[in-house]
Amino acid sequence: MLSIKNLQTSVDDKEILRGLNLEIRAGEVHALMGPNGSGKSTLAAALTGRDNYNVTGGQVIFEGRNLLDLSPENRAREGVFLAFQYPVEIPGVSNINFLRTALNEIRKYRNLSPLESKEFLKLVKEKQKLVEFDVALSNRSLNEGFSGGEKKRNEIFQLAMLEPKLAILDETDSGLDIDALRIVAKGVNKLRTNDNAFIIITHYQRLLEYIVPDFVHVLYNGQIVKSGGKELALELEEKGYDWLKEESKERELV
Amino acid sequence: MSNTNEILERLTTESYEYGFVTDIEMDIAPKGLNEEIVRFISHEKNEPDWLLQWRLKGLHHFQKSEMPHWQNFRMPEIDFQSISYYAAPAKKTKLNSLDDVDPELLATFEKLGIPINEQKALTGVAVDVVFDSVSVKTTFREKLQELGIIFCSFSEAVREYPGLVKKYLGSVVPYTDNVFAALNAAVASDGSFAYIPKGVRCPMELSTYFRINAQNTGQFERTLIIADEGSYVSYLEGCTAPMRDENQLHAAVVELIALGNAEIKYSTVQNWYPGDKEGKGGIYNFVTKRGICKGTNSKISWTQVETGSAITWKYPSVILRGDNSTGEFYSVALTKNRQIADTGTKMYHIGRNTRSRIISKGISAGHGSNSYRGLVQVGAGAENARNFTQCDSLLIGDECGAHTFPYIEAKNNSAIVEHEATTSKIGEDQIFYLKQRGIDTEKAVALIVNGYAKEVLNQLPMEFAVEAQKLLAISLEGSVG
Ligand SMILES: Nc1ncnc2c1ncn2[C@@H]1O[C@H](COP(=O)(O)OP(=O)(O)OP(=O)(O)O)[C@@H](O)[C@H]1O
Ligand SMILES: [Mg+2]
Repeated sequence: MLSIKNLQTSVDDKEILRGLNLEIRAGEVHALMGPNGSGKSTLAAALTGRDNYNVTGGQVIFEGRNLLDLSPENRAREGVFLAFQYPVEIPGVSNINFLRTALNEIRKYRNLSPLESKEFLKLVKEKQKLVEFDVALSNRSLNEGFSGGEKKRNEIFQLAMLEPKLAILDETDSGLDIDALRIVAKGVNKLRTNDNAFIIITHYQRLLEYIVPDFVHVLYNGQIVKSGGKELALELEEKGYDWLKEESKERELV
Repeated sequence: MSNTNEILERLTTESYEYGFVTDIEMDIAPKGLNEEIVRFISHEKNEPDWLLQWRLKGLHHFQKSEMPHWQNFRMPEIDFQSISYYAAPAKKTKLNSLDDVDPELLATFEKLGIPINEQKALTGVAVDVVFDSVSVKTTFREKLQELGIIFCSFSEAVREYPGLVKKYLGSVVPYTDNVFAALNAAVASDGSFAYIPKGVRCPMELSTYFRINAQNTGQFERTLIIADEGSYVSYLEGCTAPMRDENQLHAAVVELIALGNAEIKYSTVQNWYPGDKEGKGGIYNFVTKRGICKGTNSKISWTQVETGSAITWKYPSVILRGDNSTGEFYSVALTKNRQIADTGTKMYHIGRNTRSRIISKGISAGHGSNSYRGLVQVGAGAENARNFTQCDSLLIGDECGAHTFPYIEAKNNSAIVEHEATTSKIGEDQIFYLKQRGIDTEKAVALIVNGYAKEVLNQLPMEFAVEAQKLLAISLEGSVG
């Protein structure tokens, strides 16, 4: 589904991603971990086409297409979704209206007719239930005045509504209380199919107890320095990142 | 955000959709302003002598008036002698049915989407159509008359209801008010007149559509709305003009009178030609609008969506004379390219327990300049007056400007006057968030702006709220950056 080869990305002429490789197949869940500032959110920004994140080398193939050639909105329409680390507030724009616009724009791109009100509302209800999202929140303005945790849950509700092929969850777990974490994880698990894939960026093993990843990668200094199975997350929880930092330094010296 | 910038740039510089010219035979008065012209206009309209005398007083006052100097922009030099003060489609016969209207005119209004044909009209909206200096057609007159509601052009009102006109004309905005009010008194062309009798709730929206077509002319309409005791009316005006390289002057006066327990809701969707990207051409929109809540428990509410004009200078105001009366002002003003808006309101609290509410939403893009100017005045006898003002500015790009000038004069200690103001920018992060959900920049900006203006748009009658939303979106096309 997604093939990232030697991806290099810089922000303000500062090189952040320095040759990143990652292969993701449909049906897989990849956890992406790594110390603060290692480049995890930068990878999400590069994949979704955020301005100022300049890809200076490498390539990204998504479902057979060169992802980097597409505009941000077309990447979204092709099925790349980012649950933001810091979701923004858009005052006065109703959550539901926004979702409807988004859904219909995506449908238009795929040559589907817009959803009728009735169908749309049915879908809203169904997905609200699926991810246990508060009805009152979906009727409010988009993230306006939402608590940190509510914003994160809204990201998951949007994910459920838009049904992307590839979902990148950037620290969705941070800011969630214990119950919310479980609910969000349950929602994600229900959304998992053989046709979609997830990149889950997190600092904590805890989320990965609920959403069991097929692979765990450690990003450090703009590169994936270690990959493994779900045990790797446990090992990191125990040992921290220092040993990997050391290893990677030694490698650079060599 | 270079990419976004470019799209925004394109978005906010897009062209104007109503800029075409109707090719029609016109009677146009020679350029220049003098007694002769004033007499000519009055004569063309078969006016009674008292009205001519009033016009002449207006002219004389105009001649000794100075241009205002306090606004937040450099007042352009307007050569009042190079303007023609009267232009009317040549056909003179009284129009009794649509068949009498010049087909070119009909086509024009069709093109503008104005429901001039009653059969095809929006249900629940009666329209008076003013083309340059004359009213062309008022729909649903008969139907309204059954309820005793008078809705006709100003000229007709002068002929048919001289008593009402004489009683109220100039009673809220005297010709001495300001230079443009004096000018308007002198050369007022057509406009709308409405009278709602006691206890009647007007069952449809009354609306006037103003169109400037002729070259080198100005439009100086006069509108007078009287809501008698216990009545209610919702009125809406819209306007467009062709694209022309030279500036054209629009100096209207609107007077509203609400008697006891009456309510007037006055909405404006102003879309005069704004000029081109470099600021060439466009309408100078210098308008005086004021209402008086004369009786107890009366209410006047102004709602305006201002997207057009090169310069907008208007402060729809309410004189809260009656006890327990309420004045409201809801405004969205959008400026892009080189547009200038200096707009706001004045609330004069005179009666006891009077309330006013001001919600102003400025949107500036490109090199646009947007100023809110408001006055809340509480008189010595205005026991328990309350005002709430919310004044927000939204900036799109780095080269536009937003300013607020709130003035408060309270002479009664029991007054509570609250003022809140915010300035925000459309964030690159907001636009990106929406793009990441599959929404393109143009739609993203439209969503954000409409969300921002929602509180005001919600005040518009349903049919027009949708139009206004589209208008905001279209007006911003090309300006996001
Ligand atoms: N817009 C930006 N301007 C300047 N520097 C940036 C920008 N975005 C990212 N960086 C820098 O790039 C580096 C990687 O940041 P990134 O946000 O990708 O880290 P992260 O792995 O997501 O960290 P965290 O775990 O704290 O979220 C950091 O040093 C950060 O300061
Ligand atoms: Mg991050």
